[in-house]
Amino acid sequence: MIIYGVAILAFCTLVGKYTGDLIGIMIGVQSNVGGVGIAMLLLILLANFPKRIFHLDEISQKGVTFWSAMYIPIIVAMAAKQNAVAAMSSGAVAITAGVLAVVFSFAMIPPLMRLSNNRDIKKDD
Amino acid sequence: MTDLLYIIAQKNSLLVAFVFVGVIMWLSYKASKYLTVGHLHGSAIAIMAGLILAYFSGQYTGGSKGVADIELLTGVAIMGGGMFRDFAIVATAFGVNVEDLRKAGVVGAASIIIGVLLSFFVGAGVAVAFGYTDPVAITTIGAGAATYIIGPVTGASLGASSEIIALSIAAGLVKSILVMVSTPLVAKRIGLDNPTAAMIYGGLMGTTSGVSGGLAATDPKLVPYGAMTATFYTGVGCLLAPSVLYLIIKQLST
Repeated sequence: MIIYGVAILAFCTLVGKYTGDLIGIMIGVQSNVGGVGIAMLLLILLANFPKRIFHLDEISQKGVTFWSAMYIPIIVAMAAKQNAVAAMSSGAVAITAGVLAVVFSFAMIPPLMRLSNNRDIKKDD
Repeated sequence: MTDLLYIIAQKNSLLVAFVFVGVIMWLSYKASKYLTVGHLHGSAIAIMAGLILAYFSGQYTGGSKGVADIELLTGVAIMGGGMFRDFAIVATAFGVNVEDLRKAGVVGAASIIIGVLLSFFVGAGVAVAFGYTDPVAITTIGAGAATYIIGPVTGASLGASSEIIALSIAAGLVKSILVMVSTPLVAKRIGLDNPTAAMIYGGLMGTTSGVSGGLAATDPKLVPYGAMTATFYTGVGCLLAPSVLYLIIKQLST
C-alpha cells in the first residue's frame, strides 16, 4: 500500500528532526544539528535492509518516490515565499558579505575536488 | 460569485498553492524549451520566477513572506515551508548510492568546517572593511554570511543589537538567494556534476534552501548528496561562531 511508503518517509523525517534537535541541545547549540541528514541516512539504511527482514514492495515505494518527485515544485514554492525585497534592499554591507561568501565558497570546490581525487588514487595504489 | 470563489480559495489554500506552482512550472518548462532552446533548465527558470514573484509581492504587500503574503496565496507558505521541504529532501535520499556517499565522506565532512570558516571570515572581513570595530558586531555579521540562522543565533548569544542581527539575516538571505540563482550557471565550470562534488558543494555553501534550490535547478539527482552535508552546516556554525570564532575575532581586534 502506498501509505506504507509515505508513513516510513514521515517516520524517518520525524526521527531525524528529533535526533537533530537532541544533538543540538546536548552540545548546547540553539539549532537542529543534521536532522535532515540523519533522516536521510535512516531511510537509506531501511531501503538497503535484507529483503526478508524489511521490504517495501513496488507500490509502497511509490509513496516515497512521489514525494521525491514533488521536490522541485516544493522548492519553487519555497523560492516564491522568500523575503526577496529584504535581500535586494539590505544595503552594501549585507550584499557584499553575502556575495563574497558565495564567490569564495564556489572557488573552493575545484581544489577540494582535486584533494578527494588524490585520495582515491592513493588508495588504488 | 467572486466572494464565494474567494472563500473556497482561502479554505483550500494548499490546493491553490499546488495550482499556482503547477502553472509556474508549466510556463517555465515551456519557456525553457522554446525561449532558451533547453539551455536553461525549466526548474532553474521556475525557481527564478518564484523569486521574482516573491520580490514584486513583497514590494506590493510590504510583508516578509513573498507571494504568501497575498491573501489568496497563503498556501504557498505551507507548501514551501520547512515541513514539506524537509519531507521532500529526505525522500530524494531513496535513490542514493551508498558507495558514492562513503567515497566523499571525509572530504564532505571537511568541506563543512572549511565552508563555515570561509564564509565567516569573508563576512567578518567585509564588516571590518565597512568600518565595524566592535567584535560582537563583526562576529554576528560574519556568522550571517554563513547562513541566516547562524547570524541571529550568534548575535542573540553575544548580545548584539537588533540592527546588527537584522544585517546578519540580510547577509544570509543574499547568500541563499544568490546560491539558488547562480548554481546552475556556474555548475559546469566548477565541475559540479557528480555526487562527490555535490557533497563538497553542500558542505561549502551550507544554506539548506540555497543548496536545495541550486541543485534542483542543476541536476535533481545530486540533491540528496548536497543536502546531506548542508544539513550539518548550520549546526556546526552555531557551535563555532559564538564560541571559538568570537574569541578569535576578539583577539584580533584588540
